[in-house]
Amino acid sequence: VPRPSAAPAAPVTVEAGAQAPTTLPAMDDAAIAHLLSRATFGVRPGDVERVRALGAATWLEQQLDPRRLDDSAVEAALAPMTTLTMSIPALLREFPRPDQDLRDKIRNGEVTRAEVMAMYPPHKRPGRIVAELSAAKMIRAVHSDRQLEEVMVDFWFNHFNVYALKGEGRWYVTAYERDAIRPHALGRFRDLVRATARHPAMLFYLDNWLSTRADFTMPIGPHRGRKAGLNENYARELLELHTLGVDGGYTQQDVTEVARAFTGWTIDRPRVNGAYVYRPARHDRDAKVVLGHRFPAGGGESDGERVIDLVTRHPSTARFIAGKLVRRFVADDPPGALVERVAATFRATGGQTRAMLRTIFAAPEFWAPEARRAKIKKPFEFVASATRAVGGRVEGDGGFALARAVAEIGEPLYGAQPPTGHPDTAEAWVSTGALLARMNFALALTQGRYPGVRVDAGSAGGTALALGAPEFQRR
Amino acid sequence: MITRRTLVKGGACALVGLGAVPRFLVRAADAAPARGRVLVAVFQRGAVDGLAMVPPHGDPGYYPTRPSIAIPRPARGDADRTIDLDEFFGLHPALAPLVPLWQARQLAVVHACGSPDPTRSHFDAQDYMESGTPGVKSTADGWLARAGAGRSASSPFRAVAIGSRLPRTLRGDAGAVAMASIDRFDVRAGADTGARKGFEELYAGGGRDLLHGTGRETFEAVRRLKSSGASRIVPANGAEYPRGRFGEAMRQIAQLIRADVGLEIAFADMEGWDTHVGQGAERGQLALRLAEFGDALAAFARDLGDRMSDVVVLTMSEFGRTVAENGNRGTDHGHATAMLVLGGGVQGGRVHGRWPGLAREQLFEGRDLAMTTDFRTLFSEVATRHLGVPAAAPLFPGWRPVAPLGIV
Repeated sequence: VPRPSAAPAAPVTVEAGAQAPTTLPAMDDAAIAHLLSRATFGVRPGDVERVRALGAATWLEQQLDPRRLDDSAVEAALAPMTTLTMSIPALLREFPRPDQDLRDKIRNGEVTRAEVMAMYPPHKRPGRIVAELSAAKMIRAVHSDRQLEEVMVDFWFNHFNVYALKGEGRWYVTAYERDAIRPHALGRFRDLVRATARHPAMLFYLDNWLSTRADFTMPIGPHRGRKAGLNENYARELLELHTLGVDGGYTQQDVTEVARAFTGWTIDRPRVNGAYVYRPARHDRDAKVVLGHRFPAGGGESDGERVIDLVTRHPSTARFIAGKLVRRFVADDPPGALVERVAATFRATGGQTRAMLRTIFAAPEFWAPEARRAKIKKPFEFVASATRAVGGRVEGDGGFALARAVAEIGEPLYGAQPPTGHPDTAEAWVSTGALLARMNFALALTQGRYPGVRVDAGSAGGTALALGAPEFQRR
Repeated sequence: MITRRTLVKGGACALVGLGAVPRFLVRAADAAPARGRVLVAVFQRGAVDGLAMVPPHGDPGYYPTRPSIAIPRPARGDADRTIDLDEFFGLHPALAPLVPLWQARQLAVVHACGSPDPTRSHFDAQDYMESGTPGVKSTADGWLARAGAGRSASSPFRAVAIGSRLPRTLRGDAGAVAMASIDRFDVRAGADTGARKGFEELYAGGGRDLLHGTGRETFEAVRRLKSSGASRIVPANGAEYPRGRFGEAMRQIAQLIRADVGLEIAFADMEGWDTHVGQGAERGQLALRLAEFGDALAAFARDLGDRMSDVVVLTMSEFGRTVAENGNRGTDHGHATAMLVLGGGVQGGRVHGRWPGLAREQLFEGRDLAMTTDFRTLFSEVATRHLGVPAAAPLFPGWRPVAPLGIV
């Protein structure tokens, strides 16, 4: 998918060859299936044979360097979804928010429902943006050959969660995933923090765009003349959820100081331009002490940069990120020794995701019998893997249908309201209602009831019973 | 009678011997569902501002710290102001539909209620309130599950959460059911008429793991729900639920209660309370949420009518918000908040708990409403006195009960 020129691509660190390929143990087909169950969105008919022929280590190296994998078929499938490549200003322009008084006008007879439909046909409403993004996520999960990259895009988006339906979020979220998350999905953790901290989606979602030094008076805009001040929402979640972790060793005072450091990091004309801008007048220029480090008075935008340097180099961050990765790839209760080794890789490589994944895939804990089928698939993983298992082909509006199915099983895509994102442990996803929804999805899928999703009825294991069975809920 | 607890203590052997029989059927094979007591727990996720929900308009510290978001002082005949309750506390005007319940002494408030743990993390604070163990993350089950676990019952619907995920507070040995919607709680097999039986057999085998256990309970629940006719029950007494997820959840809980499916513990939650920016005062963002919240609770009470004598609705939120408004006419994460208790047997028409005051030196860490009622005091009182959970039950491990509030 070409990137729009309006959104500057962040620098991408490519370090192919910087590290020796992962040494994997000798593998039978069951082991290959295990690897695929964790590094992809599920095994398609013939996948195990293909990886066996190629060699698992070679396959994994390809996955770790996805730009060398041809994904043009998926790009062609996504091409009709024009919002995916549009810039934020273009989306704000092309998908204006409907007239707020429309409901009253309909009631008063000023306009008819038909006129409203003509003015705002479904494909021109802002809801279309998130719908296309969700459909694209399903198509990529089912069809992209860059499977591990897709897994990591899902992982990091969820780690740096934003809620698409809060305020301007729906106009920002496509660019957020495309420009702040995806380019760094297998790259350096610090680049992810830097990109998300400055992205209007995050600035808006966690309110930092409004945070100013005390006693600042808004000079322009709808809040002109209002006194503003500090908002600590982003600062707290940066420490608690993005980097150090809740037990990572920070205090309320640190939260406040971090918030002061990020004052002035805001959004230029959120409903017209929606771009990051630093506004020095809003910045708190007094001295700060963050996690024991003294920031002298007179700092500007660099105060926030310095916070990012501090927190991404903090040993608590290495452990916290390692723990989350091991939970995703190995077990709900991550083996402590492996977490320590992955944390060591984080520290040694400056937070290289590629390197941390190598540590995980080479680990005896990953290959241990107790790790096999130890994870319950999230609804997104379940729907994608079921579609892959039956050799499903997603065309036209099929992605929309699959995204709705994922929401019905409990994981609305881009729809996690709390900053923690969606959970990644079994208890969160196994419930009576959710199991019924999974069985019903299996039935509807195999009976061809999803428009735009073609299934190969003859494929092995492609029955509703196989997809709704307890074993298939695991990976 | 075999209770679930004795079964669990009996260990895996007992369960293997039982094969595919759902656990709740073994608990009480032939007791008929009866009209019993019901506890409805409502979680306001995101930390509701208790000082806006139940404004302490008589506290001299209230108005000066909230120049743009305080709820205006009560004034007779003005619907856009605080509704006075006792000349010190009031209700947010968006909660006007609850006033008749207050006047009928069926609505009580516990103010300055919360957790002794100082965390301002949504995630941790919700976790602690749902597990019932502030400061302890390793607790495996939730306090509502523990409240249900020791009891014998005959119904798969003894404990129900409305939503597609089972909340932390109902995870454990209560055999709780989660369902997003009563109407869609069924196997929709289409042409594949054998599918339900096939699925049922798949989950009947296997071990006592989470997946198989949940699967077995699912099928019995589907059967029982269908025969109860709950989905055909329409709101009574002219009750009108507000549009939205929360009103829909409360409507369905009322359906289950009125269908006599044996419901004892119900759970619903509502999001959108994390008002960092532009919280509003008598109108605005928070007022809209409170209106939906109050409308749903009022409709629920109206729908159930006399049946409310068996029901207690208990609202909770992970913490409150800063006393002073922040730089964006909102509030940041705070400490104590207000909780509501609603029901026929409630000692209502009163604000319970000791008021700590809003003067700076009275605040928690110099910024937040201090906690004077541990949420466990309130929750355990409701569980023991209303639901009849044995007082000795370890509902809240590591906590010693204190004098009850006298609220139920």
